[in-house]
Amino acid sequence: MWIYEKKLQYPVRVSTCNPRIAKFLIEQYGGADGELAAALRYLNQRYSIPDKVIGLLTDIGTEEFAHLEMIATMVVKLTKDATPQQMRDAGLDAHYANHDSALFYHNAAGVPWTASYIQAKGDPIADLYEDIAAEEKARATYQWLIDMSDDPDLNDGLRFLREREIIHSMRFREAVEILKEERDRKTVF
Amino acid sequence: MENSLPADYYRLLEELQAVDFVLVELTLYLDTHPNDTASINQFNHYARERKKLKKAIESQYGPMQQYGNSYSGTPWDWNKGPWPWQV
Repeated sequence: MWIYEKKLQYPVRVSTCNPRIAKFLIEQYGGADGELAAALRYLNQRYSIPDKVIGLLTDIGTEEFAHLEMIATMVVKLTKDATPQQMRDAGLDAHYANHDSALFYHNAAGVPWTASYIQAKGDPIADLYEDIAAEEKARATYQWLIDMSDDPDLNDGLRFLREREIIHSMRFREAVEILKEERDRKTVF
Repeated sequence: MENSLPADYYRLLEELQAVDFVLVELTLYLDTHPNDTASINQFNHYARERKKLKKAIESQYGPMQQYGNSYSGTPWDWNKGPWPWQV
């Protein structure tokens, strides 16, 4: 069971209407290393991972949905006052033709999200290493987005999300150590 | 569709977001450090704080959760905005 709460995890503010940066942000919405991929990857891996790390996968997977909502809010705020001409100039004309102002799960280049971005190998170490890599790739994506954006308000939210990837990566690394310890204990006895 | 809300709403909301940040951080930390008693005490302290803040916000601005995790006014007020992406 999941309970929705009517609030963002962290305040999202933008300084100006900027559909061009919104187009790039979509990478973290429906891209290979984006928040949707992260949430679905972790929550699905829970069913075969050892009990000791189910809680962590549940909690990080759940937090990813809060991040997904933050990205959506950024995109809404960056595009809601844009004219059709501004949308076209920003390269969002193809998106507009298919979705109007609706959001959709595709990456910055318009490629729709696919389950082949994620894996559940049934091998706990392989799964957790994939999760660590996913967090590092998402962190790098946030960095490239911050580098391209000159909006201080937007960057405040993006920096928060970048820092969360670092924490998640750290926690997944600790989970690997917990599982290794357990495995080594079993060999001794 | 920006709703005009009093400054007090944003103040309370940010307070809750700050407390919740501590709780999310401690949750993930405790997932991999389950024997850290000091952190568990801190967690329980902030869990009580969040309960108070949620109640304060809901008494003025309506339910934050549903499925019975918040009370409802009459008429049913869950549909009433603003939603998080509208503020």
